[in-house]
Amino acid sequence: MKLLKGIGVSPGIAVGRIFILEQSTETEKRNIQSCEMEIARLNDALQESASELEKLYEETRKKIGDKEAAIFEAQLFMLQDQEFIERIKSEIETEKINAEWAVENVTRYYASLFLNMENEYMRERAQDIKDIGNRIKNSLKGLSKNPSDKNAMEGIIAAKEITPSYMAQLNTEKITGVLTETGGKTSHAAIISRALGIPAVTGIQALLEEVQNGDYIVFDGESGNVYINPSDEILRDYKEKLKDLISIKNKLNSLKGTKSITSDGRQIKVFSNISSDKDIKIVLENDAEGIGLFRTEFLLMGRNNIPSCEEQFEVYKKVASLMQGNTVIIRTFDIGGDKPLDYIGLAPEDNPFLGYRGIRISLDRKNLFKEQLKAILKASAFGNIKIMFPMISTIGELIQAKEILFEAKEDLRKQEIPFNEEIQAGIMIETPAAAIMSDLLSKEADFFSIGTNDLIQYTMAADRLNSKVSYLYNFYQPAVLRLIKHVIDSGHREGIEVGMCGEAAGETGLIPVWLGMGIDELSVNPNSILATRNIVQNLNFHEAKAMTDNLLNLSSDEDVKLCLEEFSQSCSCL
Amino acid sequence: MNRIIVTLNNSTGLHARPATLVVKEASKFKSKITIKKGEKSSDSKRIMEVLALDAQKGDTLEIIADGPDETEALKALKELIENNFNE
Repeated sequence: MKLLKGIGVSPGIAVGRIFILEQSTETEKRNIQSCEMEIARLNDALQESASELEKLYEETRKKIGDKEAAIFEAQLFMLQDQEFIERIKSEIETEKINAEWAVENVTRYYASLFLNMENEYMRERAQDIKDIGNRIKNSLKGLSKNPSDKNAMEGIIAAKEITPSYMAQLNTEKITGVLTETGGKTSHAAIISRALGIPAVTGIQALLEEVQNGDYIVFDGESGNVYINPSDEILRDYKEKLKDLISIKNKLNSLKGTKSITSDGRQIKVFSNISSDKDIKIVLENDAEGIGLFRTEFLLMGRNNIPSCEEQFEVYKKVASLMQGNTVIIRTFDIGGDKPLDYIGLAPEDNPFLGYRGIRISLDRKNLFKEQLKAILKASAFGNIKIMFPMISTIGELIQAKEILFEAKEDLRKQEIPFNEEIQAGIMIETPAAAIMSDLLSKEADFFSIGTNDLIQYTMAADRLNSKVSYLYNFYQPAVLRLIKHVIDSGHREGIEVGMCGEAAGETGLIPVWLGMGIDELSVNPNSILATRNIVQNLNFHEAKAMTDNLLNLSSDEDVKLCLEEFSQSCSCL
Repeated sequence: MNRIIVTLNNSTGLHARPATLVVKEASKFKSKITIKKGEKSSDSKRIMEVLALDAQKGDTLEIIADGPDETEALKALKELIENNFNE
């Protein structure tokens, strides 16, 4: 057995035999008689390569995705770059050499140019230029058609390097993993392997000297560990892991389209958090029942001016329409001194988490707030949108925010712009003050969503990033659990829904507790949606409730964890 | 002739996809459009030159347009870059 280490670039476990990719990149150098004839050959090859790339672009777009397809669009532009073509032609004319050799020289020139760049992303472009060079050379040699041996390949591929176009055309049913000597996490080939779900490790030194065709391999695309001819023990471990991964994945996939309902019939909503309209694709793939938290701050980042109402409207509208009538809870800007924004006039503060942030800024910068509310209202005509205010500490703040919302509605009515008159306005419960006052806040708010990250931090007076106080910052603190219970009960007493959108919402061990407390909605990260639904389906609401009632009398986070462990053992399904 | 100064804020800088978008956008205009990063200068309609700028996050670029539609061209490129290439 031998262990090689590389960079894990595409997660997953692969087990199988090695198939070494022979890459005969030898290019023959010939002197030529007629430059014209050689340039005509080159032009044909360029044309053929361009149409191949166009085809590959279309196929990748359909099979993998727009982002991955853009790689080949960029390659097409590079292939058609006048300077690139002129260099090859002038090489042919001045050196009186064959087109293959000229292409080889020019691509080598560009590759070294890219390799010497500072930006890691740019260095990876050397791979793209080589990919283009190979394509043109293959076309010149008449080898352009997809090599038929690709279909014969099976198992784990080992190669010096794999070009993006090669990766995009792999037969995912037969190729179970990819190992290369070169390449990093940001290489286009790595991006494609992740999109295809093929585990991959790159940057393995002397890989091709260490492995032989037919060697048995297991590797982990996350840690980057590659075992050649592994011991029985390692092999057993990894096969077990692989089996578990596959069965969990299949099990979770089978839950798509089902309801998040307990064995005794209590149904909750499993929503997803998003930070940008770009996240919707993965949210839909994972079958979220709605968006429980749409963080809008991304609209303010990386720019020098406040986005217009119109620009914001387009983004909110897009998300609402893509969610097709399912709930989309849009949280108004939650910014503060931890991420200073010059153009809004936010300066760094000594204590940003206790400073000028969230609704405090919105109420102070009324125009910024009102424009955002108008954009959200306008978008409400295109889907099922709800508004949520962050960082509320007093009832007065909520009333003021609602007044501004009222004014925004008036403005739209005057302009005869349609919006949902019944739109709900709720609040995040993330300060202890709001949690304690939740019985009265529930008379003013249309819904609550508990933001656990901040609620824990403020309740325990412990910075979540400070490792010295990490024993205080955890989801299992009885003080936090009691507050959450109070919030849920307060909301229900007024007949409003109570959800949760912090990280604790997706914490596997605590889902029975949230259920037992009577939570109506859990909003989790897209990749936790199905796992959360799975747990809900395996729970019995009455058992969870009985366990939670008991748990709320415990005095320490350790006791809470113990109680939950016992509970999960008693339900074999968890 | 007209010029603007912009700062690159997208995470990856002017690499393949952003550079493609710059070239595509610039090619819609008749004006000659030059992008400069410090001493380095490039024709914005040629991807190899744009890539060769090796521009990364935080870099300041000067964009100079000269021609009948120079104002519109600069506006379009400014928007593209400030929207972080719709990443």
